[in-house]
Amino acid sequence: MTNVPSDTVSQGSTAVEIEKSPVLEKGYIGQSIPRREDKRLVQGLGTFFDDVRRHGMGYVHFVRSPYAHAKIISIDVSRALELDGVYGTITGDEVAIHTDPFFEMSVEPGANIKDYALAVGRVRHSGEPVAAVCAATRELARDAADLVEVEYDPLPVLVDAGESLKDETVLHDDAGSNTVWSGVFDWGDVDQALAEADHVVKIERLHFHRFSSTPLECAGALVEYDKGTAEWTLHCNHQMPGVGAIWMAPALRTGIDKLRFVTQDIGGGFGNKICLHPQYVVLCLLARKLGRPVQWTEWRTDQHTANAHGNERTFMDIEVGVMADGTMTGFKVKALDDCGAFPRYEPLGCIIWAQVTPGMYGWRNIRVDFTQVCTNKSPVSPNRGYSRMQHLWLTERIIDIVATELDLDPVEIRKKNYVKTEQMPYETPNGCFYDSGDYAAALDIALELIDHGSIEDRRKDAAARGKLLGFGIGSTLDSGTNNFGQSTLLNPDLQFSGNNEAASVKLDIFGEVVVTLGTVPQGQGHETTAAQVVADILGCPPEQVNVRRGHDTWFNSHAGFSGTYASQFAFTGLGAVKGAAELVRDDMVQLAAAVLQAPVEAIELADGFARIKDGPEEAALPFMALGAIVNANNAFLPPDFNPTLNHRYVCRPYFGMVDTEKKTGQLTLTYATQIHAAVVEIDPETGVVDVVDYAAVDDCGIRINPQIVEGQVHGATTHALGAALSEEFVYDEEGTLLTSNFYDYHVPHALDMPPLKTGSMESPSPVAPLGAKGMGEGGGGGIHCVCAAIQDALGAAGKAIVYTSCNPPHRVWSMLQDPESTRANVSVVSK
Amino acid sequence: MDVTAPARSRTIAVDVNGEAIEYEVPARRLLVHFIRDDLGLTGTHVGCDTGNCGACTVHVDGAAVKSCMLLAVQADGTRIATVEGLSSEGELTALQRSFNEHHALQCGYCTPGMLMSATALLEQNPHPSEDEVRIALQGNICRCTGYVNIVEAVVAVGEGA
Repeated sequence: MTNVPSDTVSQGSTAVEIEKSPVLEKGYIGQSIPRREDKRLVQGLGTFFDDVRRHGMGYVHFVRSPYAHAKIISIDVSRALELDGVYGTITGDEVAIHTDPFFEMSVEPGANIKDYALAVGRVRHSGEPVAAVCAATRELARDAADLVEVEYDPLPVLVDAGESLKDETVLHDDAGSNTVWSGVFDWGDVDQALAEADHVVKIERLHFHRFSSTPLECAGALVEYDKGTAEWTLHCNHQMPGVGAIWMAPALRTGIDKLRFVTQDIGGGFGNKICLHPQYVVLCLLARKLGRPVQWTEWRTDQHTANAHGNERTFMDIEVGVMADGTMTGFKVKALDDCGAFPRYEPLGCIIWAQVTPGMYGWRNIRVDFTQVCTNKSPVSPNRGYSRMQHLWLTERIIDIVATELDLDPVEIRKKNYVKTEQMPYETPNGCFYDSGDYAAALDIALELIDHGSIEDRRKDAAARGKLLGFGIGSTLDSGTNNFGQSTLLNPDLQFSGNNEAASVKLDIFGEVVVTLGTVPQGQGHETTAAQVVADILGCPPEQVNVRRGHDTWFNSHAGFSGTYASQFAFTGLGAVKGAAELVRDDMVQLAAAVLQAPVEAIELADGFARIKDGPEEAALPFMALGAIVNANNAFLPPDFNPTLNHRYVCRPYFGMVDTEKKTGQLTLTYATQIHAAVVEIDPETGVVDVVDYAAVDDCGIRINPQIVEGQVHGATTHALGAALSEEFVYDEEGTLLTSNFYDYHVPHALDMPPLKTGSMESPSPVAPLGAKGMGEGGGGGIHCVCAAIQDALGAAGKAIVYTSCNPPHRVWSMLQDPESTRANVSVVSK
Repeated sequence: MDVTAPARSRTIAVDVNGEAIEYEVPARRLLVHFIRDDLGLTGTHVGCDTGNCGACTVHVDGAAVKSCMLLAVQADGTRIATVEGLSSEGELTALQRSFNEHHALQCGYCTPGMLMSATALLEQNPHPSEDEVRIALQGNICRCTGYVNIVEAVVAVGEGA
């Protein structure tokens, strides 16, 4: 009997199916089983990091810079220390003594940036922590922080990436330039494609704005230090602790095993809880310095001001080649990405977009000249749809601007240029493989859901009411399971490649099946879906499977890239669960065969029993018997037979190596499809956009739990609608954030949401262990289709071109007043 | 004793989920921090510092109230209900079961506040329409679900589904 589950892998430049792992026959997989997490959460019995208490713990408050850019002349903590109940403080100078700067992933000049856990000598964005105070209560810590006196000498402020590029003011003297990373990606022959095109559509500038998913639970941790073993335990909400530890341990000059990350329930993440290492290092230092557990809960204002924004990106000098029949042959663009004051997870955003280089289209010739700079704004971090969303917005804007300018139908131009289902698996110009899907069919479902045939009638009806009606499509790919080797396309010296995730499964004495996940769920329902998979493999009801909550480094069920990010749970997370469950299953079958004195082929696991197929009723062992034999009653087992019923499995998807010269390679493994369609009505008096009809179609291959999939679609769509219509981090010229709380940064409320219609398809992934593609990040489609719908609606009022991804009323109103200035942004050269 | 100096703390008497409690609290302590930190009822959450998000919603004398917008001393003499009190006998309420059945929660952080707002609505209006539910929940932010399933879950309870 083989113990190792087979994987289907892709190799080098062509997808090769080595041995297809059969998609499990649908049992519990595929059912919308209500989530098991809910029972505790609806009773208020979840455990979030802020719920964890320790005797003698101190509360931490950060002292933050009011300036966006300034030298720190002095910091005086003496008045804070005089307060009764203040346990201690820490400043940037101490951090510089006791830690090393975090490692940077860029080549020079970005490589030379020094990023410490607290500001050292200089602040580079408003809200940057310069010191921290620890005290007996939350209130006292905040009071004491107010007593810390910091003298600043303000410096010129950069809030515009274009200005940063000039290097007249430089944020990081060690780097000598504001440029973090710069490079050209050139696939096919774009110059020839443009020369041969019947039309070249030129767009001067498009801007993808700054926002983030703003999880409702802010960041934080309770950190304990064990002086005897020199180990830290972080009760926290870091969503990617594997990589968090890789940042933190060298900075703290300790081994990676000295950092234990424990998560339980996490109140949303969306990527925004990946870059918490600076604050966590401060907590580690304070816990060690003060000899007591220390706790920090971020304030909402601080999360908005200084934690994690999504990448802001400007696209310039776009040229698109279009043939007379509407076929698009290629495009070129200069992309300028603004990562804020420190790169942190960057410059990975300079390559992650390349997972979806041609979007959903057959473009073979693409040149992207990409530059990333620092500005005096909050650092960025991955944000749902990270880096791909920006690029897909570009491709969708190109499609709709071309359609508007050449008077082509947005549906037909898409269908003509989409990668076709018969081309799957489709190799993109940069060596990625779109694994499966039928984009045109998904679009048809969306069109039917919003009754596309009635649009012109509805447009007339709206016009009669004084409203401008518009219709738009957003097509996106949710690329899942990162190949970290793509980082070497930015910096060939980086020692990252591939991916991995771990899980363990055991059968315990009384027959309980216990599963431990390396993943770090924040609401995705992993406890439920993992139980469904294990139940199908072991032949028991999911209720018999106990999936432990959260992540704990000490459970040894984690791997270097453990975490929940990059739409990969369905591949690596469940792949690891499946692998471990199959190892336990094999143990159980062999044990049952030995006990029942039957060949292994005759044993089946079903209904919570190991039994002889078609055998007598008594030829069956309950799981409890198997668990008890191995764990507590094993003397009779022969010496050469030692089943453990306890297995760890690491799912390591095969990517092959990337080509750092050509900048090609398999950058990710699965591609889920989303087609969104919106109908909007604009009030021309006010510019208010009302989304009156909306459909989201998702194809993520096999759906383990369709209800959970649909919930992710709803959530991602809502993020997109918020981003498209209101959510924006707006800075004034002094670098002060004007939208630092939920008053000014308006996220959708229940009354803001249009009725959402959802549709689905299942194009199983030929490469994923369960045929299931990662999903949940495909919400960018909502931004694209709302932008398209607004542009369509404005067609009757001067034909403005939508040039930015965020269109609140004042911006739409401006486009209505002065459409010509937006039209000056585009031109067409025809043969 | 300086009688002109403001009191720094006060003893309050409250009924919390049916239990009479007397507690000396700092005068400036927010009700939500009293509930979470002093009483250890951590089901009530904090999601913002401006009263926008509603994760801290509890009932004060039967009305849904954002507990970050009140001082603990202002609640003196009141009857407070938190999410932990909804199913104190271990039996989930119809609304809690409906949230589970309709997948009305993902991370679960906003859920206690949603449940308290929706419970208050259902007590006033046992058969709310979808619009009435959306109006009642407009003070509660959810960043995961898009509200679709939350609204469905509340409406379904009113329909007796």
